[in-house]
Amino acid sequence: MSTGFRLPQGGLIDRNSQYRFSFDGRALTGHAGDSLASALLANGIQFVARSFKYHRPRGIMGAGLEEANALVTLGDGARSLPNAVASTEELHDGLSAHAQHCWPSLNTDFGAVNQLFSSLLGAGFYYKTFMGPGRGPKSWLFYEHFIRRAAGLGKASREPDPDQYETVNTFCDLLIIGSGPAGLEAARIAAEAGLDVILAERDFELGGALLADTGTIERQPAAQWLASQVDRLSKSVNIRVLKRTTAFGLYDGTVAGLVERRDPAQATTIPWRERFWIVRAKRIIIAAGAMERPLLFAGNDRPGVMLASAVGSYLNRWAVAPGRRVVLATTNDSAYATARDLAIAGLSVTLIDSRDRISEPLHRLANNTGIDLRLGQSVRATLGSRHVRTVDIGPANGQGAVGSRLACDIVAVSGGWSPTQHLLSQRGVKPSWNESLQAFLPGRANEPIDCVGSAAGLWRSDDCARSGRAIAAAAAAALGRKAPVEDIPAPGGWETPIRPVRLASDLNLKKIFVDLQHDVTAADILLANQEGYEAPELLKRYTTLGMAADQGRTSAVPALALLSEMANRSVGEIGTTTFRPPFAPVSIGALAGMERDKHLLPIRRSPLHDVVADSGAHMLETGLWMRPWYYPQNAETVDEAYLREMRQTRDAVGICDVSTLGKIAVQGPDAAEFLDRVYVNGFKAMKAGMARYGVMLREDGIVMDDGTSWRLSETEYFMTTTTGNAAKVMAWLEDLLETRWPELRVSLTSVTDQWAGISVAGPHARNLLAANIGELDFANEAFPFMAVRNGVFNGVPCRLARISFSGELAYEVYIGASHGPALWRALRNTAKELGGCAYGLEALGALRIEKGHVGGPELDGRTTLEDLGLGRMASTKKSFIGDVLRQRPDLRRDDRARLVGLVPVTKGEMFKGGAILAEQGQEDGHGLGWVTSVTESPSLGHWIGLGFIQGGLDKWQGKTVLAADPIRGRSTLVKIVAPHFLDPEGTRLHA
Amino acid sequence: MLRIKCPFCGERDHSEFSYGGDANITYPDLAAPMEAWIEAVYRRANPKGPHRERWQHIDGCRLWLIVERDTLTHEIASVTLAKAALAPLVDGQSS
Amino acid sequence: MPRYSALSLINHAITGNRDWPRAWPNPDPKPSYDVIVVGGGGHGLATAYYLAREFGIRNVAVLEKGYIGSGNAGRNTTIVRSNYMLPGATEFYDFSLQLWNSLSHELNYNVMFSPRGQILLAHSPDALDGAARRGNIMRRHGIAARLLNRQDMQDLVPHLDYRPTARFPIWGGLMQPTAGTARHDAVVWGYARAAAALGVDIIQNCEVTGFLREGGRIVGVETGRGQIRAGKTGIAVAGHTSRLGEMAGLSLPIESHLLQAFVSEPIKPLLDYVIGFGGHGHFYISQSDKGGMVFGGDLDMYNSYAQRGNLPVVRDVAALGVSLMPCLGRVRLLRHWAGVMDMTMDGSHIIDRTPVDGLYLNAGWCYGGFKATPASGWCFAHLLARDEPDKLAAPFSLDRFRRGAMIDEAGVGPIPKLH
Repeated sequence: MSTGFRLPQGGLIDRNSQYRFSFDGRALTGHAGDSLASALLANGIQFVARSFKYHRPRGIMGAGLEEANALVTLGDGARSLPNAVASTEELHDGLSAHAQHCWPSLNTDFGAVNQLFSSLLGAGFYYKTFMGPGRGPKSWLFYEHFIRRAAGLGKASREPDPDQYETVNTFCDLLIIGSGPAGLEAARIAAEAGLDVILAERDFELGGALLADTGTIERQPAAQWLASQVDRLSKSVNIRVLKRTTAFGLYDGTVAGLVERRDPAQATTIPWRERFWIVRAKRIIIAAGAMERPLLFAGNDRPGVMLASAVGSYLNRWAVAPGRRVVLATTNDSAYATARDLAIAGLSVTLIDSRDRISEPLHRLANNTGIDLRLGQSVRATLGSRHVRTVDIGPANGQGAVGSRLACDIVAVSGGWSPTQHLLSQRGVKPSWNESLQAFLPGRANEPIDCVGSAAGLWRSDDCARSGRAIAAAAAAALGRKAPVEDIPAPGGWETPIRPVRLASDLNLKKIFVDLQHDVTAADILLANQEGYEAPELLKRYTTLGMAADQGRTSAVPALALLSEMANRSVGEIGTTTFRPPFAPVSIGALAGMERDKHLLPIRRSPLHDVVADSGAHMLETGLWMRPWYYPQNAETVDEAYLREMRQTRDAVGICDVSTLGKIAVQGPDAAEFLDRVYVNGFKAMKAGMARYGVMLREDGIVMDDGTSWRLSETEYFMTTTTGNAAKVMAWLEDLLETRWPELRVSLTSVTDQWAGISVAGPHARNLLAANIGELDFANEAFPFMAVRNGVFNGVPCRLARISFSGELAYEVYIGASHGPALWRALRNTAKELGGCAYGLEALGALRIEKGHVGGPELDGRTTLEDLGLGRMASTKKSFIGDVLRQRPDLRRDDRARLVGLVPVTKGEMFKGGAILAEQGQEDGHGLGWVTSVTESPSLGHWIGLGFIQGGLDKWQGKTVLAADPIRGRSTLVKIVAPHFLDPEGTRLHA
Repeated sequence: MLRIKCPFCGERDHSEFSYGGDANITYPDLAAPMEAWIEAVYRRANPKGPHRERWQHIDGCRLWLIVERDTLTHEIASVTLAKAALAPLVDGQSS
Repeated sequence: MPRYSALSLINHAITGNRDWPRAWPNPDPKPSYDVIVVGGGGHGLATAYYLAREFGIRNVAVLEKGYIGSGNAGRNTTIVRSNYMLPGATEFYDFSLQLWNSLSHELNYNVMFSPRGQILLAHSPDALDGAARRGNIMRRHGIAARLLNRQDMQDLVPHLDYRPTARFPIWGGLMQPTAGTARHDAVVWGYARAAAALGVDIIQNCEVTGFLREGGRIVGVETGRGQIRAGKTGIAVAGHTSRLGEMAGLSLPIESHLLQAFVSEPIKPLLDYVIGFGGHGHFYISQSDKGGMVFGGDLDMYNSYAQRGNLPVVRDVAALGVSLMPCLGRVRLLRHWAGVMDMTMDGSHIIDRTPVDGLYLNAGWCYGGFKATPASGWCFAHLLARDEPDKLAAPFSLDRFRRGAMIDEAGVGPIPKLH
């Protein structure tokens, strides 16, 4: 359709290279240095996409991030990338691109039928319909099915992303974002002043607007000036230059988020696809330039309508003339240079300037290059099917009829420029509207962040360079360095003022596209305003203006101009919307970096991990830990294995890895006092050489954690916590000591990782340990229940306490972590000889249920001491954390749910954790309580469980209730019993 | 990213720290009247603006710090050790 | 109020859409109202609507400091569910869901309530038991719930990570088939339009700067647009409750924290359900009708009113996202933003009278405010109209902390950042 072509010379492309690429299967070629868009245009392909809502044909309109139309899908399979912006995508050999959001093809897209209904599909139409029939949500679900499929743009891969991403944490004195004249000069001055500088450039070439500038800067040809700057940069040791790197967000503490893309030519040598830079800068300079705005006329979305600066870029940077007959429509001076370059390149140029008067030099420029200049005119409409063929022009004041119709294949437009200050807006800095420049200029940040160059509203490259130098010098001074002081130039720089953008005509508002990517038209904005959604944020939300992937980069100001025209208020009074990070879309994979799969929240392993695995353990992930779940023999299932492990433990002996328990050394003269304050029960009176079970409460009187604390000496305790709460308890105790009781002379050390721990339980526990641990008398009198003793294993000291979670004669033995595996192997071998075994988490849980000990499911952060049946543990002789608030009336009520034991009425029946306890016939509501922990009991020969029921044993002992489990289709009659199923007298553990 | 200048370790990302809430709360004696405990545990000034708050450098020196920070701008005015007696451990308190 | 319908769309299309009236008028404040609701978010507007509609009180103003819906109503991840387990919460959110079901018709505004199903993942056998307890409670309240095993999960949500390398193995999940999403802005606008049609004045750009008092009673408000008197004043300004409370001399069990939300570029349908991660840390994700993946995670974990979040949470959320759904790696984040949450000491909200006569409180919505919007408005309207809480609101009293009757679904106690 188009007549685009590559010019025979010029441009920053490597004509010696030839890249093969494809678009929708068509084999094409381009060069190194091309963007996908420039290569497509060079091949005469302009129409590359369909619009979001109306599926209108869309072409390449920009040459950078301002591109709103040319979204394509790159690649196939697991590496396919939807919604890639053709204008910013670097061409590489083998690239394959596809049109997206069209069916069956780009040329024949059935979705285009939506254009026929555009009157029906105006702003917010969906809020007014799709509600019936019926009152429920079913109808919407039906419509939504089709709407979802019609929406979306490209299709994401369903396969796991095969690529790798990295994170770079770094620091610098000055981060400069953008490498146009302002950024380059800022970098030079800052580096010369000795600052550590990072210069980040989104593009794959440095230079910004200079890359397409055929004029001069600082009295040198732009290209020459740029080349010498780049050369100097490469020699400077204190500048890190990051190309292909988008600064997407500024966060607190002048921390910036940047994403660097791999040079596609190095895909085989660089392992990462993208790198996420977290830059902690002392100061930041935003030199991100400005973006050109389109004009508002009917058919302004047609392929062939492009930003004037983009046409200039394709011409000068990529040596591509996207057409032959160019109509260039402008409101300001900036397009004249492009017009000149186009004319010199031999294209036919008609320049439509909406202003009535322009400066003499511009007149001369037009005359000298044979440009057909028409002042006081503007484009009213374009015509054409899949490409612009003609434009209608008429008086710019909107009065009078269309004056003439011009044939053309490119309509280049310039509605003025918007400084790129999105990053500053993210910091909450409000811009201010400058009526004479027709631009939002950056406000002053309270943080050390400055805007320079076009990002600060400077239009001339000399001014940009000077502002870069001046601000960088000020930044250097602020950081204690010397740099030459210069004045900061004033914003602006055009000889003839810009003419504000106005609607070309009131006719055909439905064809005037304000937000190209979301198909928001002037008619939509009018309608939203008419319906009361006049605040810019409401208008944005109601029409979806500026909410597409380009975040309204080119549409925000034209929309505000329209609003101001309707409301007869200045753009400044109306205000603008806040820009959110990221400035440009960022891969979620890049943000995650290496922290994925097993690298996310690294798995913790006990020092015994490898030896328990050797013992045949099946592991289970619990929280952050990997723990032995059960030790199957002969292909046992988990249920078969844990029941056997229980039987062997109760009949002979079992050993269990308990290294994951939190372990804290509590040392100092006030250690006893400290424990007395944090535990509900007393620890002061306990003698050295003894251990005690303790419970600690939160300040609100709810149980926080339980465990044992061993008194090693007058001034030293060894505290254990539950696995899950270890970190929380440690931080809590540190908090208390440092911030609340600084007078207590206590030191805390987490020794969780320093000790390996093994629990040894069962009638042969004593024999097993005696056979392996020396220098210790295991006799009942010498080592009684709850005593703490030191022993020696293979010459290595170890620490033991006679404590029991299972109800058996049991010990916990701790040894230095590196000696744990040897101890485990020894104990396991002896256990085998004694008819015992290793047991895992499942049996550990089941053994404690038989004994009625509370565990994780009971300590759910809502239960009190009394709820757990531990009320009598609370000391009345001292005060402790949580003691006051646990006395609150609703926590003392008799009808609170209290811990009970549960057995099925019919012995063979089972029930499950999570069942609801309710009276028979009570089918709905919260019932009386719930089941927390359940196991089959090999000792008793039936299922048993723990649970909570309102009123507890006092009210329910011996009575029958229903364990209702409708979600698993089960309901079991259970009898309420005391929560001690086995050996309530404790003869086993005292044996 | 908040950058908190730990008096012991230097300036670090706030992700190394754990937030401990309002530092102006004075916790009553363990046996103080119920009302005093309800006040301390449940009521918050929650200011919009300067806020004295507690942070623990949990992935660093583990010391508890008092940070003066603006809850609207996130600007940090000062960082000191919560336990004054530890001050001699550090070169000088940052502010 | 002209009705919205397919027919009205066609009629207006024929006349070039020139006759669509304002959705709600833009009145100047009157000198006095029966009830003033401070806060033009979803909750405030819903309160005004139900006051007019259910309780016959139409001389009502909603005062909004910016534009309506400018707070958390327009910043949330739009999830609507009622999978609550504790007495009080189950019933309240169930009622809310019932109101959601017919909300579009009730308001004659399509709020796009899409009960597509929400699944809370279980990553261990214990977590499945916990899910069962929740599901059983839901079932016993007539709320649909299904316990899913690993195979069910693979059938329903094939793109999660079921590989052996997955960090958090998926054992199953708890599904609420009647939960889903709604269009957050539409809820605001729908309530505004319907309330205005019943006579409620919606006054934007009207910041409350103080309360008018007479003999210890609050009798109205000072605003940027002058004094406005009121028989009763209700505040529904979640995120900024403490500030209004301070003006009335109240110290509340609330801290303001940031919650970030994230949306990707639009892509063709990838995820048909709302997924909640149940492992270490928070993560939830759904796909909007426009095609954006909408997701979020933990709070930023420090008091803030800044409405902008920081990088650690961005990284954590991205990491959980790609670990849970490995194809997300190449999907690109389009925007992230933050809202200021009223975090309470037990993670549940407050609908109650205050110790100050004439002042009523609707606050403390933590993460959960959006789904509560209809029930919150209804219950607050009841409180304002009858001067006593409805039985659904009664458990969410201000004095529950003094009584020890916390409603703590997370079981983490009086640490607001952890709820």
